[in-house]
Amino acid sequence: MSVSVLAEADLRLDAGPIDYALLVVYFAVVLGIGVMARRSVSSSLDFLLSGRSLPAWVTGLAFISANLGALELMGMTANGAQYGMATVHYYWIGAIPAMVFLGLVMMPFYYGSKVRSVPEFMRRRFGKPAHLVNAISFAVAQILIAGINLFALAVIIDALLGWPLPVSICVAALVVLAYTTLGGLSAAIYNEVLQFFVIVAALAPLTIIGLIKVGGWQGIVDKISDPEQLSAWPATELTGIDSPVWSVVGLVFGLGFVLSFGYWTTNFAEVQRAMSAKSMSAAKRTPIIGAYPKALIPAIIIIPGIIAAIIVPEMAQLKAGDTSSGVVYNNVLPLLMRDLLPNGILGIAITGLLASFMAGVAANVSSFNTVFTYDLWQDYIKKDRPDEYYLRVGRLATVGACVLAIGTAFIAAALGGSNIMDYIQALFSFFNAPLFATFIVGMFWKRMTPTAGWVGLLAGTFTAMFIYAISEPSFGIKLLELPGQGASFLGAGLAFVVDVVVSVAVSLVTRPKPDSELVGLVYSLTPKKDRSHSTTGEDAGWYRSPALLGGGVLALTTVLYFIFG
Amino acid sequence: MRLFDLRLIIAFLFGLYGVVLVVIGLGFTTDDDLKKAEGVNINLWAGIAMVALSAVFAAWAMLRPQFADTDKQPVKEL
Repeated sequence: MSVSVLAEADLRLDAGPIDYALLVVYFAVVLGIGVMARRSVSSSLDFLLSGRSLPAWVTGLAFISANLGALELMGMTANGAQYGMATVHYYWIGAIPAMVFLGLVMMPFYYGSKVRSVPEFMRRRFGKPAHLVNAISFAVAQILIAGINLFALAVIIDALLGWPLPVSICVAALVVLAYTTLGGLSAAIYNEVLQFFVIVAALAPLTIIGLIKVGGWQGIVDKISDPEQLSAWPATELTGIDSPVWSVVGLVFGLGFVLSFGYWTTNFAEVQRAMSAKSMSAAKRTPIIGAYPKALIPAIIIIPGIIAAIIVPEMAQLKAGDTSSGVVYNNVLPLLMRDLLPNGILGIAITGLLASFMAGVAANVSSFNTVFTYDLWQDYIKKDRPDEYYLRVGRLATVGACVLAIGTAFIAAALGGSNIMDYIQALFSFFNAPLFATFIVGMFWKRMTPTAGWVGLLAGTFTAMFIYAISEPSFGIKLLELPGQGASFLGAGLAFVVDVVVSVAVSLVTRPKPDSELVGLVYSLTPKKDRSHSTTGEDAGWYRSPALLGGGVLALTTVLYFIFG
Repeated sequence: MRLFDLRLIIAFLFGLYGVVLVVIGLGFTTDDDLKKAEGVNINLWAGIAMVALSAVFAAWAMLRPQFADTDKQPVKEL
């Protein structure tokens, strides 16, 4: 996304003293949570995994909030303005089935095996080489993405409030640093839940006023001339695939299966929220509870985008092909805020926007420090130290992560911020798609060997990198003609297939681990009672059944597709 | 480990935000503000909704206090 253009357009908001006061109150509460959470941190597990003590509604909302970061909010309102209803695929087919799958099928292994991170699961299942590959690539990717999030945040502060870029990058990093160093994951998660409500409080009034202004749903239907913008299928504009049939195939298998399952089920920044739940039942429910707001939130993200393309003059011009105003699709939210919100609620909206940006950075930092402390430092550098030692390492890793993220933010700034979204999608296709393939084969096929674990991962990653290299125009070896998103769909799909084929082939000629070492890690070797959750005490009641809740959200999504598809 | 009750923090923040917005909506809304928001007194309505949200969380925290029914420490395994 080219956020660099943002400062040139007139986005300065008319914020008054009351708006700043509301913003300051929020930051005071955020830092207060950090200070209060500190009192409950007495071990490294408390700091890095919240002592596995949080209720499901907290981890569920944090699960979804960790994903509601800068790029998500800016990118999806922009997609709404540009592509219309087809954007819902990112929320429905591109998230809900994978979240239910994570809760019902994969969580029993993650939570039941008591691993503290996704890479640690890799180590137990496949041994050190696969573990090291996964831990290092995850840590590096988190720092890069944290930097991009910080940069996007700083650009917005600059455009909205007029603070210089370096100042806003450092201020934002310091706030995240302060509360995550003090309170660890608990503070990050508590703030994510708070952020969720503030983001909703920011977007809901915007949507309601927008709908009134445009004349309700009927007004949108009347004023959008291109009928394809109002239906979700076959989304040929979104996928860049001309044939409707192949466009749907690309959506279902590329986005709905490989990319989405890869992201939601193996990305530790997400899975960590579920691992911090207080029981197996709460851990299973975490992604499923998060799926409900995920299914409904397009109403206050995509609809404002669609409305902006009608009622914001600069947006309507851009949509008609006139780029002279300097506005880009990523400016949708600030433009709507400028045009529709009076002082007071404007302060809440600015707070919500900044809160969402910090949520992304905090999720990157808090998952980085767990992987760094447990998977890199404890496993490969200093083993067998007392727990206080690792608590200290965790705190220092947080400081290190924030400093490094400031560095990568300036790199992102130097690159001019172009094509960030394509770049992130490419990163996901390199790392998440092969990881998902290795996980799924390894969880259900006990014969898969440690060697196959790391060889498969590398083969999948190189496949995705190869597709990127031959489709990215700037490398000059353009053998494939695909738009940015299409290339990542294809790269992810091929990486998945190659990983599975290589893993099976290598497994057949190498030695598997003995069954006794795979109990709790492989489906057929894990007794049913270890995979089930308790149904007594705080886990009792039909409304707490993960399967029922999961079925409910799948049914809800299907109904939504029938109404709005 | 025992954390403070997040529901009370949510109730506090949105209670404060809600009251401030209601006051702005009732006492300090100009014609320009109304025109911007299509004639809706959005500060007032959003403020009322936030006070309601705050009340729901406060009531939930009162009716089902944290750690009331099961007073056990979570199991720690390292």
